[in-house]
Amino acid sequence: MAEIAQLKELAAQVRRDIVRMVFNCQSGHPGGSLGCVEFFVALYGKIMKHKPKPFKMDGRNQDMFFLSNGHISPVWYSVLARTGYFEVKELNTFRKLNTRLQGHPATHEGLPGIRIASGSLGQGISAAIGAALAKRLDADKRWVFCLCGDGELQEGQCWEAIMFAAHHKVDNLIVTVDWNGQQIDGPNDAVISLGNLPAKWKAFGWDVLILDKGNDLEAVAAMLQRAKRRTRKGKPVVVLMKTDMGYGVDFMAGTHKWHGKAPNQEQFDSAMAQLPVTALGDY
Amino acid sequence: MIKLNDIISTGSRATREGFGQGLLELGRSNSKVVGLTADLMESLQMQHFQKEFPERFFQVGIAEANMMGIAAGLATAGKIPFTGTFANFSTGRVYDQIRQSIAYSHKNVKICASHAGLTLGEDGATHQILEDIGMMRMLPGMVVINPCDYNQTKAATLAIADYHGPVYLRFGRPAWPIFTPENQKFKIGKALHLASGKDVTIFATGHLVWTSIEAAKELAAEGISCEVINIHTIKPLDDEAILDSVSKTKAVVVAEEHQRAGGLGDAIANLLVHRLPVPMEYIGVKDSFGESGKPVELLDKYGLSKKDVLWAVKDVLERK
Repeated sequence: MAEIAQLKELAAQVRRDIVRMVFNCQSGHPGGSLGCVEFFVALYGKIMKHKPKPFKMDGRNQDMFFLSNGHISPVWYSVLARTGYFEVKELNTFRKLNTRLQGHPATHEGLPGIRIASGSLGQGISAAIGAALAKRLDADKRWVFCLCGDGELQEGQCWEAIMFAAHHKVDNLIVTVDWNGQQIDGPNDAVISLGNLPAKWKAFGWDVLILDKGNDLEAVAAMLQRAKRRTRKGKPVVVLMKTDMGYGVDFMAGTHKWHGKAPNQEQFDSAMAQLPVTALGDY
Repeated sequence: MIKLNDIISTGSRATREGFGQGLLELGRSNSKVVGLTADLMESLQMQHFQKEFPERFFQVGIAEANMMGIAAGLATAGKIPFTGTFANFSTGRVYDQIRQSIAYSHKNVKICASHAGLTLGEDGATHQILEDIGMMRMLPGMVVINPCDYNQTKAATLAIADYHGPVYLRFGRPAWPIFTPENQKFKIGKALHLASGKDVTIFATGHLVWTSIEAAKELAAEGISCEVINIHTIKPLDDEAILDSVSKTKAVVVAEEHQRAGGLGDAIANLLVHRLPVPMEYIGVKDSFGESGKPVELLDKYGLSKKDVLWAVKDVLERK
């Protein structure tokens, strides 16, 4: 269990990594990545029991995580590297030819920490349910976590999965929704409104938790702990986590415009000036 | 080598029943095997497994995309999931889920697909998928198997549990002649020589293997010697067996219950055009959807009957 101060430093470094990775290859998705830094740092740094080396695909007797909105790979890669799954310097290869750090996460190149490809949206909750069912069959008491986007909930498969998990009482599963209200073409409400999201999840039979401060590390960690305590009561648990897309870089924050765009040199310099240097050091 | 006239039908049962029996046996022999269905348990004959192993069977409801994703997750955590729905809903409906979560992620999922092809019958073209082999064989790393009768389907079901990786297992709805041995060993990727001949090789898969045997018997009576090879595994293709036979006969007919585009015919043509080009004919549906009707009527109307094999063999021999 890392101290909060250490986790905050890790979060600060992960933000620097994200911007540097995306700038370095002039592509990728900084907005959602920056918004989910606290979630990933809390999950890998405090909440989950997991063993980076040797990485075990089947996750037996460990907690398992599935990223459904695979485009926010920069934040995941940074956190995986900095929690021991692979060398931090490998972040430099992101999106480049022959890399294990594909634009969207994949198992194909054997990157430790990744259990399934994601990128084509809507598939992650289903996969997480499968892993949770396997844990139940194996009497494995650990948890399965999944993160998905809010815009992603426009995919019908999500609701197939949400319906299934309630019916089959998959109660060793915690899904978190990155509720930043944005997607590529604009705010969710302008593209296709999600309506009353908490009511929808409730109506589908889930235990619904709402986290208003998704970019407050202590609040995220406390909420995920709370979510764990709500499991094993016959219902799957969802955390609707409000975040700011692009959090930490002023000109990227709160807009869909940095969903999938790399900063130019001037913007990069401005971002790096805002993001504090840490003792962990850049990759 | 079996002589053509020794290949006889010992009865009729649906290939899907062979799958159901195979899955039940797997349940008993391999605790990692789990079953899933999208509201078609009995159509797939999975009720035998479900009754004996209810905790290892998951009813997903009418939600095939979710079923493929759950199967991928179960496989990630070490299970060997067998998904069961119609071939149409096992492929085209969920192509992206299979592509990303199963094939690209190399998950040990067995996609088991019944009611393939025209022999689904009266339900008509919405359900008669004729493109599934093509879709599945395009996916890198996907094994594609289309067994020919009850016994072979059962054997294939058992065999794919021992193979680690994604598999598409295709079978059908109607009762169909049984002519391969009980309790046979099934080797993935190994073509089966059914009869030796010298004039032409008929490569057949699925239900059309029996049709091809019947045609070859009739041709033998006319003095035309057909080699008949059962290509139960369309991918990986048994290149060696195909080239061996074709180098002898130098004429090819391929028979399958599928579109001519993308199926076994194209797989074999692709091999031969590079290695051993010879006159070749396809038995398959010609760029068309099916329709309602009885299986035999449909096979006849769409050019997949015994008489079509006879015609194709004679045509290809003229071009030899």
